[in-house]
Amino acid sequence: MPDTKTKTIEPKTPALVQAWDWITETQIWTSIFRHAAPINDRNRVLVMLSNVFLHMHPVRLRKSGVRLRYTWCMGGISFFLFLVLTFTGLLLMFYYRPTLEYAYSDIVGLREHVPLGIMREMHRWGAHAMVITVWLHMFRVFMTGSYKPPREFNWNVGVIMLVLTLLLSFTGYLLPWDQLAIWAITVGSNMARATPFLGHEGPGASLMAIGDVQLVHAADDARFALLGGTFVGEGALLRFYVLHCVALPLVIGFLMAVHFWRVRKDGGISGPL
Amino acid sequence: MDALKSFIDLFADPRLFFLITLAALVLIVWKREAFVSNRWGWGLMAFLTVFFGFGLTDENFNLIITKPDNVPIVGLIFLLVFFTWFSMRQAVDNDRRAAAGRPSIEKDEEDRVWTWPDLVYTELISMVVCTVILIVWSIGLEAPLEQPANNANTPNPSKAPWYFLGLQEMLVYFDPWLAGVVLPSLIIVGLMAIPYIDKNPKGNGYYTFNERRVEITLFLFGFVVLWSSLIVLGTFLRGPNWNFFGPFEYWDIHKLEALTNVQLSEYIWVRGFGMALPENWFVREIFGILLTIGYIAVLPVALAKKGLTRYYEKLGPARYYVTVLLFLSMLSLPVKMLTRWVFDLKYVVSIPEFFFNI
Repeated sequence: MPDTKTKTIEPKTPALVQAWDWITETQIWTSIFRHAAPINDRNRVLVMLSNVFLHMHPVRLRKSGVRLRYTWCMGGISFFLFLVLTFTGLLLMFYYRPTLEYAYSDIVGLREHVPLGIMREMHRWGAHAMVITVWLHMFRVFMTGSYKPPREFNWNVGVIMLVLTLLLSFTGYLLPWDQLAIWAITVGSNMARATPFLGHEGPGASLMAIGDVQLVHAADDARFALLGGTFVGEGALLRFYVLHCVALPLVIGFLMAVHFWRVRKDGGISGPL
Repeated sequence: MDALKSFIDLFADPRLFFLITLAALVLIVWKREAFVSNRWGWGLMAFLTVFFGFGLTDENFNLIITKPDNVPIVGLIFLLVFFTWFSMRQAVDNDRRAAAGRPSIEKDEEDRVWTWPDLVYTELISMVVCTVILIVWSIGLEAPLEQPANNANTPNPSKAPWYFLGLQEMLVYFDPWLAGVVLPSLIIVGLMAIPYIDKNPKGNGYYTFNERRVEITLFLFGFVVLWSSLIVLGTFLRGPNWNFFGPFEYWDIHKLEALTNVQLSEYIWVRGFGMALPENWFVREIFGILLTIGYIAVLPVALAKKGLTRYYEKLGPARYYVTVLLFLSMLSLPVKMLTRWVFDLKYVVSIPEFFFNI
């Protein structure tokens, strides 16, 4: 008998898959993603090389390098928190004016009038958390000896970023302009007046004189430079605002680029030599 | 309950607090084989949970730990205890492997994996988890906002932000120029110097204790015993007038603490020689100055000859002197604490004429 009555039935592609295939073939899609999904080795390489956000990663890395057991993920979390802080900080800048007249009432406004507003909370708790994660990241790096050659320089970049993280947190602490803020900054910045030679109550300051003229006094010493005044007032608020929102984030951003670059150039996430 | 609280408050004293953390470090390092067991890990976490849970029921303690800005420090305590335990555990694990002639875990996992998906997915999950934690935390706990700033109304106690409270605590023992300027700078310089003065090639890129005993012990001493525990002390246990209060003690602003501290010059001239203090500051302070010079200049040289000769030969003069000077600066804090507690010593050198007190 000839086999005329049997028909082969082609399996039908599900509608969603058809739609997906259609989308991924459009010119818009292919202009954004230059290659197929990273489900085979070739595309796993390509995705790291062609994506600007992923290209800070190597294509492959040590198995121990992806283990939470080894890295604690603290460096990555610190970076992520920095991004969260940048974003929430940007939103807060829409509402906040750094002047004696408005600073406090703008914060009250954020609390009272912005519906479901948790941006200030996310910014503050994120900042506290970032200080802790940076410490834990350095703790991990120390305990694994990852500062040892060839990563000495990157450890140093990290130490500077630790200082900047603390300064970012410290400058932000003043901005709500409440009692907590100004007295914490007063206590902190009072140290500067004891700076040797450069603070008016520091050892050696009395030597900084030409004849009878004192060069270092309360109105021009290290603390004055920090606060823009002899007490925590309007000058300090503006200085801390500019440092907090512009200067320090820029510097730490540059150093992050250096840090991540050097992680790669010094051999990737550390491991036994 | 009240008996238990008074009992704990009885132990609340900066001296005991410091000695207990120091003893804990010694035990962790010395008995690390036992310390890294699961029983200890869970036990410590359970102890902290019970302690803080119990603390919440006490109105005084509750006031301190639920102060919004103090909540992160409660978190820090848990994280720090956990990660100290965890990193020691990884180290002991690898040391056991080394003793059995096997390579470290990290050496075993040296082969490469693809960044996509292994790393990228880990990162994604971490980001999601962090975001969730941060949002829940932000909804659950409102950021603090006190009365508007008022330069005429000083709160008592006035505290720096929590991460600087270790430095503020140092003010009890040192003048601001040391506690607030010189020693913090030395901490930064010291951290930056670590990779250049640590010549030990072992322990690079994997956890180990046996191959880096001194380095790890010193780091834990600086980071956990000095930096972190002083932050905890400054946050939770320092109340009005910077007096020390037990965790369950009411912050009474009228609590009196006798200030009986004595200058070294007075010890020597007045109590030792039975004379009045000399007029000239240099003569008055000569013994303190000699002592300080002895500590920072003579002691390192003497140690190079005897005691630390091994390190002097291994590190060479430059690395050796930098290391010893940084170490002595770090040690100056506990030394000053001890002399304060044992001899009520206020300053070794006190020249208020130049704001120069050590």
